[in-house]
Amino acid sequence: MKIVVCIKQVPDSAAKVMAEAGRVTWGDAPLVMNPWDEYAVESALLQKEANGGDVTALSLGSESAKEALKTALAMGCSDAILISDPALEQADSQATARVLAAAIKKLGGVDLAFFGKQAIDGDMGVTAAMTGRVLGWPALTLVSSIQVVDISAGVIRVERSIEEGRQVVESKLPAVVSVGKDIGEPRYPSFMGIRKASRAVIPTWSLSDVGIPAPASVVRWPEVINPPARQVATEIIAGASPQEIAEKLADKILGEKVL
Amino acid sequence: MGDKVLVYIDQFKGSALPASWESLGVGRSLAEKLGGGVTALVAGTGAKAVAEQAFHYGAETVLFADDPSLDDYRAEPYTALLVKMARERAPEVVLFPTTTRGRELAAMSAIDLNSGVLADVTALDVQDGAVTATRPVYAGKLLTRAVCNAKPQIITTRGRAFEKPQPDPARTGVPVHVDAALPESAIATRVIEYSQVEGQVSLADAGVIVSGGRGLSNNPALTPPPGMDEKQAEIWRAQQGFKLVGGLAAVLGGAVGASRAAVDAGYIPYAHQVGQTGKVVTPDLYIACGISGAIQHQAGMRNSKVIVAINKDPEAPIFKLARYGVVGDLYTILPLLTEAFRKRLGK
Repeated sequence: MKIVVCIKQVPDSAAKVMAEAGRVTWGDAPLVMNPWDEYAVESALLQKEANGGDVTALSLGSESAKEALKTALAMGCSDAILISDPALEQADSQATARVLAAAIKKLGGVDLAFFGKQAIDGDMGVTAAMTGRVLGWPALTLVSSIQVVDISAGVIRVERSIEEGRQVVESKLPAVVSVGKDIGEPRYPSFMGIRKASRAVIPTWSLSDVGIPAPASVVRWPEVINPPARQVATEIIAGASPQEIAEKLADKILGEKVL
Repeated sequence: MGDKVLVYIDQFKGSALPASWESLGVGRSLAEKLGGGVTALVAGTGAKAVAEQAFHYGAETVLFADDPSLDDYRAEPYTALLVKMARERAPEVVLFPTTTRGRELAAMSAIDLNSGVLADVTALDVQDGAVTATRPVYAGKLLTRAVCNAKPQIITTRGRAFEKPQPDPARTGVPVHVDAALPESAIATRVIEYSQVEGQVSLADAGVIVSGGRGLSNNPALTPPPGMDEKQAEIWRAQQGFKLVGGLAAVLGGAVGASRAAVDAGYIPYAHQVGQTGKVVTPDLYIACGISGAIQHQAGMRNSKVIVAINKDPEAPIFKLARYGVVGDLYTILPLLTEAFRKRLGK
């Protein structure tokens, strides 16, 4: 079975992200693999373990994104490829999807491509569905568990998390799958995995290696600002007894006219 | 045709999701600014009433596709339908509510229509004939102003960020029937079944959220049933705490949320998680119980209208966001607060 997992490098979720002179900064917080993508790597590895085959981690980004790819290798991915090209610096979601789809096609014979549900920087949450669409494959998004993968029959059955509960969907392979946190806790890199990853030489593909011209990006975000500070004077509710505190708090909340 | 804005109305088994009408409302005001009308698209045989409601909520034209292949939402036939309608009617803007279906459909349609998506926007404005969107990024730690330099501009609107229009039952019309755009034989997916998850929460639509954190497991007065190991006992304790949280939420007609720490410790399912790797919520009232307020949690709830924090630790960062705070034992306060509301709200 041939599996791809697409990952993105982002500032750590604990970073104090700020806009400074119209640019995004995050101080000395580390760049890490997008937390959602760890679940995608875990799902990919579980499928490899159940069905055999290999898992290739793909990332589109700058040279530094190799560190996120090394995390994927340390977790157990077989290979990693960085796609990096000056023409992709301002790539929007659909341009990214077109490049990832072309790279998946170039790898050839891929059965499943995994994604995290969204990246914690841009919060768009559209790349998996877009990549599926470019490839002409079904995209099964927000998957909470994978029930069946039958390579010989070319079928996958998954449970998806939707507003109304869970939906079980069956689809033909190959397919794109995006996963949420319900899929299972991502594993920690093993000692052997870390050693292997530290020695790995990760190839870089340019757009000409991928074999397509730079897709035009149409989404622009010319302005980045810090949200207005929350103007709030905190009132600590005190009282002679818990009963009195609870009664006072209830009255205060009702006074806000939000119920 | 005069369609300036096309709005996808997301529905499930004949009920529209509230964010659909919010999207239609902002679609109408954009259409006015762009000098044209707003058209709604409704699909599924069971959605006839939704198609009629779309007129009440402000649509000038309603397109209604009631082919059986559209009864269950599936991305492929829905994308094909939406793309066909967008090509025929050539709107400047296509709007979707940011629901699981809306976001996916927007993404796929953008590829076919050679455009891009502005997902989960919180404000929209028209400048020089083009739409500018405000989009939170980094879970709301930053705001961007974003544009889509292709037509149609494809946008998904965040639930509760836009006002829901008042329905006017006097506004009626006859939906225009449209055919499905993809034959069943060309669809690679099928829906097997639905299952309602116990305690399913729609945090995105909730006006009131009562959330619990790690602190819910700290009640030494509780004795867990015999035979539990330490971890099981901790989870059991926390679940007793979440019963109190749930009790307050029920009296207030709200939903139950949780911090990442509570979810990771196994106290409550992931669907309840609020924060950077959970859901970003904007209720009118957010009550944080036993949540210290890590930066990732704050990012998910800081835009709630009124925030209340109940915590033992007076230094907990959550108090900096809170309008009202109680420094104390939530096991004592929560039942009393629930009772106080019960009396006042006559429940």
